[in-house]
Order: sequence, then C-alpha cells, then structure tokens
Amino acid sequence: MFNLHKTPRLFAGTWCGILLASIPLVGAAEQAGHYGYGESATDEQIAAWDIDIRPDGMGLPEGSGTVDEGMSVYEAQCASCHGAFGEGMERYPKLAGGDDSLAEDRPEKTVGSYWPYASTLWDYIHRTMPFFAPQSLSDDQVYALTAYVLNLNYIVDGDFVANRETLPKVVMPNQDGFTWEDPRPVVSNERCMKDCKDEVNVADSAAGKDLTPSTTGPLDEGIME
Amino acid sequence: MPHCVSADCPERASKEEETNMFGKLRQLHRDLTKIALAESDRLPAAERRRFLRSGLFTAGGAMVGGALAGVAPKALAATQYPPGIPPWTRSLGPGVVTDPYGLPSPFEKEVIRRNVPWLTADKISSISFTPLQHLKGIITPNGLFFERHHAGRPEIDPQQHRLMIHGLVERPIILSMEDLQRFPSVSQINFIECPANGGMEWRGAQLNSLQFLHGMVSCAEWTGVRLSTLLQEVGIKTEGKWLLAEGADGAAMTRSIPLEKALDDVIVAYAQNGEALRREQGYPVRLVVPGWEGNTHVKWLRRLEVGDKPWMQREETSKYTDLMPDGTAHGFTWVMDAKSVITSPCPEMPLQDKGIHQIEGLAWSGRGKVKTVDVSVDGGRNWQQAQLREPVMSKSLTRFALEWKWEGNPALLQSRVIDETGYVQPTLAQLRQVRGSNSIYHKNSIQTWQVNADGSVVNVQLA
Ligand code: HEC
Repeated sequence: MFNLHKTPRLFAGTWCGILLASIPLVGAAEQAGHYGYGESATDEQIAAWDIDIRPDGMGLPEGSGTVDEGMSVYEAQCASCHGAFGEGMERYPKLAGGDDSLAEDRPEKTVGSYWPYASTLWDYIHRTMPFFAPQSLSDDQVYALTAYVLNLNYIVDGDFVANRETLPKVVMPNQDGFTWEDPRPVVSNERCMKDCKDEVNVADSAAGKDLTPSTTGPLDEGIME
Repeated sequence: MPHCVSADCPERASKEEETNMFGKLRQLHRDLTKIALAESDRLPAAERRRFLRSGLFTAGGAMVGGALAGVAPKALAATQYPPGIPPWTRSLGPGVVTDPYGLPSPFEKEVIRRNVPWLTADKISSISFTPLQHLKGIITPNGLFFERHHAGRPEIDPQQHRLMIHGLVERPIILSMEDLQRFPSVSQINFIECPANGGMEWRGAQLNSLQFLHGMVSCAEWTGVRLSTLLQEVGIKTEGKWLLAEGADGAAMTRSIPLEKALDDVIVAYAQNGEALRREQGYPVRLVVPGWEGNTHVKWLRRLEVGDKPWMQREETSKYTDLMPDGTAHGFTWVMDAKSVITSPCPEMPLQDKGIHQIEGLAWSGRGKVKTVDVSVDGGRNWQQAQLREPVMSKSLTRFALEWKWEGNPALLQSRVIDETGYVQPTLAQLRQVRGSNSIYHKNSIQTWQVNADGSVVNVQLA
C-alpha cells in the first residue's frame, strides 16, 4: 500500500525495527502502561471524539438523509459559498463539475471529477462544514448533504437515500485514478560541473507581471488578481 | 551600585550608600527633565504639546534621554558617525523588563510574515510566508514561522486541552498537557515545508519575491515526546498499521500516517525554540513528522488513533495528491524532496555594488542530510561547489555560501542541492517533463534569479 523511501535512518532504523517486531508479541504486554500517566479513555469518551470515517464505512453513525432534504440544507447553509449548483462562488471551492477534465490543460478537481471515496465527503462535511460553523450539523443533515452533493455530480439518482449501508457502496468516478504508492524520485538531475549546456534561454520572467504584493512597509492588501 | 571588580569590594552597597545613590538618580532625573522641558520650548507649539502629552519625560530618568533624542533628531543625527558621538552613547535607555517579553527593534518592523491576498478566499483558511530574505543561520524565529491554517488559529487553554490515544491499542488513554510533559523529552531541529511551496510557479514565473516564492519553509528546534514512547505506553495491537492524527481546530485536520514512520522519528511537540509552541504552530501540542509534507504535522493535536488501514481523509485525497499529465494522481507522496534556493541576492535583496559578494542560500532534504550544494552564475552552464555552513543536520535547513566577484554584468544565478541519498535537485524543465504543470505540490526545482546590470534581481524560468 505504501512504500517508504530508503531514508537513511541510522540507529533509529534498527531501534524502530526492534520495536515493530517486539511490540505486538512480547513488548506490548510488558511495556504498555510503564509510565501510567493520564487516565484511561472510556468508551463513551472515545465514541464522542472518534469521528473519522473510512471508505469501508467504518465510523458511519446511524441515521440517513435524502437528496431532497439535502437540497434544503444546502441552499440555506452551503450555496452562498459553493454556489447553487456547486459551481463555487469567488475563490470558494467548486463542489461539482469538471468531469473528464483531469488530463486537460486546466483541470477542475471537484468531488465528482476527482474525489476517490464518498466516505470522505461525509467525513469532511461533518468535521468542518459549514465553514463558519464547524460541527454544527446533525448526522441526518450530513447524510442528506452528502446525498445532495453526490447528486449534484450525477453520481447518485434523485431518490438516493444515504445511510451507513448505502454510502460505502457508492463508487466514485475517479476511484481508480490514484496510485497510493509514492513513485518518487521520478525526476533526478545529474551533477554536471562544466559546459553542461550549449544555450541558456530565459523563457519567462516575473518582471512587470504585477502579481507580487509588496515585501516592504506594512502588509499589502492591494493586489487581488 | 558602584562597579566593583576587586576582591576586597564589599558584597553589596550598604543601606546608606543605596539611599545616597537613589538620591543622586532622582537629582539626575530632575535635571534631565528640566533640560527636556527647556529643549521642548524650542519646538513648534503642536509638537511641544505632543511631546508633553507623551509623558516620556516624566516616566523616569531613563526615558528622558530617549525623549531628548526625539527633540532634535536632525541635530543629533549629524553627530552619530565618527568623529561624532551618537545620542545613545550620551543618554540612558529604558530599564530591564520594559518589554517583559522582548520584541525586535522597531527598525526591524518590515521583517514580518506576509500573505498573497489573491491566493485564497479569505485569511481564515490561508497561508503566510516567512521572510527568508532577512533571516540568518538556519533557525526561523518563532514569530516569523510561516502559517497555514484551515480554520483560523484557535485559542486553546492548555488546562482544558486533552490528547486522546486510542484505536487498536491495549490501553486507550487521555493525557493532559502536564501528563505529556512528564514523559522523557527529546529535542531535534527540523524544517517544516508546505508541499505547495512554490506551487504558483508550475505554469510560469509569477511572483517576484523570495518570500512569496519559497517562504513556506521554516525550521525550528522542536521539543516533545517521541511518538514511539507514547505508542509503546498504550501498546499497539498486532493489526495496527496506521495512525490517524487529528487537530482540535475548527478544521479538525486529519492525516493518516503509516506506523513505520510514526515509530521512527516523529515527535509530539510542545515546545519550539525553547519556549511553548506559538499558537500559530499548534499550541499547546502538535505533531512533527520530520522531512514530510507540512500538512502531516498536525497542529493543535487532540487525537491519535491506531488503525489497520488509512482513512483516506480529505487532506490526503482531494488535497495533497499530485495530478499527473495523464489525469491520474499520485497519493501518499509524503516526503519533501531535496530543494535549495539562493537567499542573497534575491528580488528583495538586490546587489548594491560591484565587487565581492557572498552568494548565500538554504538547502534541505526530507530524506536526510544535505551533502553538496553547487552554485552557477551562468544559468547552469558551469557550476562551482559552495561551502556548507555548520551545523549540517538531517531534515533541517542547511546554509550554504559561495564567494563571487560581481563585475556589474547580467548573470543567471542558480543553486543545486544533492542530498545524502545522491538525489540531485532537478531543473524546472526536467520536473515539468514528467510531472506536467498541474500537480500543484512538490515543486522542488532549481530556482533561477536573473541579475541585471543595475544589480536588480528578477525571478525567471529557463527554457
Ligand atoms: C463561508 C463559506 C462556506 C460555506 C458557507 C460552506 N463552505 Fe464548504 N468550504 C469553504 C472553504 C473556504 C473550503 C476550503 C477549506 C480549506 O481547504 O481549508 C470549503 C471546502 C468544502 C469542501 C471540500 C472541497 C474540496 O474539493 O476539497 C466541501 C465538500 C464543502 N466545503 C462542503 C460544504 C457544505 C456541504 C457546506 C454546507 C453545509 C459548506 N461547505 C458550506 C467555504 C464554505
């Protein structure tokens, strides 16, 4: 699933190797609780803070929401920034559109065109939206909004009901668009010291583009593109 | 107290002597106040009123010298260079604890973090940049460390803050900040770089400033508890392979981190350059994930969960994934590849004179130590090896320098770092050829500064 690079880890590496090998077998029982600081977390405390959702649905709570219900919450609490159709107002992110644009010159990365998992939508809306009132929505509202944003992207039909059973089954259009293994270094240079090239041509310059805020005096609030 | 160096001096001035001394000081204060008032008589009426209202001349004898300097700045300014004697040599300054928490000189007021207003919708979820052009050495002062918030900077009472560690562990725990500081501590110097540093330049040269082009990297000494110590304390279950870190801010920022890294060199840090973390840096506690994308260094850390799979959170799917020209994307590209940049000269620090200059800059690698830095003054045709300034540490900023005689001709300055894995920093053309122009993140290519005949410096990109 992942590939750590050959980071020179010196002694930390071997130490870490020992840890990895020993913790699950003997180490854990012997070492855990050595210091005994803090208090044990109760199931209730954990349940209240453990809000993350995984693609397989782990973490999704009870409850449900329809596309229609989502539309009314969305119009009241989301459209002012993200636009009535998810098109994004001003610099606020687009939530819909951009289908098949990822290989184009100006790709549009949205929930519909880019996001690999529907669970992430529930998780993110629930943990931090609406922007100015994070964690103010009920679970049913989050289900409804998730259904609505998926519907805005033509990923689910208008009669879709989002709940802990249906949501993990939604296949996002770009699910297979990612590799989850770091291929780098994909580019590396050579250490040439003398006569490394024949020509040197300046292709572009920032001079005169007028995009740079001032770096002297007080903060520059001026340049807005 | 009289200055005392010889061994037979009394330990401290007697009571009598002290009373005497304060008497003298009071007299001095009165005299200086009189002079100040007399001086202010010569001021135009409006300025005199401002001066008197400022209250400086009554605030204490120590302040009078400063106030005097303000009375006749022109006359005094003429005397500050040799053979003159500057006013600060002939007056007293404010006493200790005038600033109980010290501040930079007012003459340094332009050395500040700055933002690019057109970059983000607002300042709540936004970025500020470190003024690299003004910094010396490798440590970023705490007040100048770049900022990246997703829901603004929360104001957290450390007494009320808790860190929960749970998931696939033997004993889930909740730690107060006092509990956390009882564990054995470690300190290490590491850079943090946002992977979007320089990300505005994939398509062309836009910004003409070192601060805005490269200022999303900073470096500090971090102190805290090794994450491995905490994970050992809770006991990881056999199935545990991944860790989720979550912030307590309004973004409740989350990232999945493989346990192999978590158990390697990650620290749960509560201090930065010797003092408590700054609020902008996650007060009271953050993750430091050496050499990895800044976004993984979760600030205002409230929760660590051990699991058997990654969580595929928004910050590791929608964001912080690298879009390739064919429309596919690379995720989990955590390590910051080696990068370097010349910090002097730069657009903000043009060359003032012909003659000998120290070309200086910073180099760093998320894979370990900087091994070599080369500098070119002819756009990469020929290179010279620069000197590395000690200390050279793993996953830390490293300063380099090369002496250069500038004859007043146009030049194209570049630096190229090689890290201890042998990786050589690529050119922008090489990077673009493979990565295209839409990946936003991980733009670690060689920076070119064009030096003009007048000494001005411009950000350019070579073909
Ligand atoms: C005040 C403006 C505002 C409102 C209202 C708002 N958002 Fe957002 N939204 C944002 C901003 C800003 C971001 C990006 C935040 C960041 O990256 O730190 C965002 C990001 C998102 C994203 C992630 C986009 C991406 O491509 O990564 C989703 C999904 C989202 N919002 C959904 C919602 C929903 C649903 C609501 C209504 C409950 C809502 N937002 C209300 C401002 C807003």
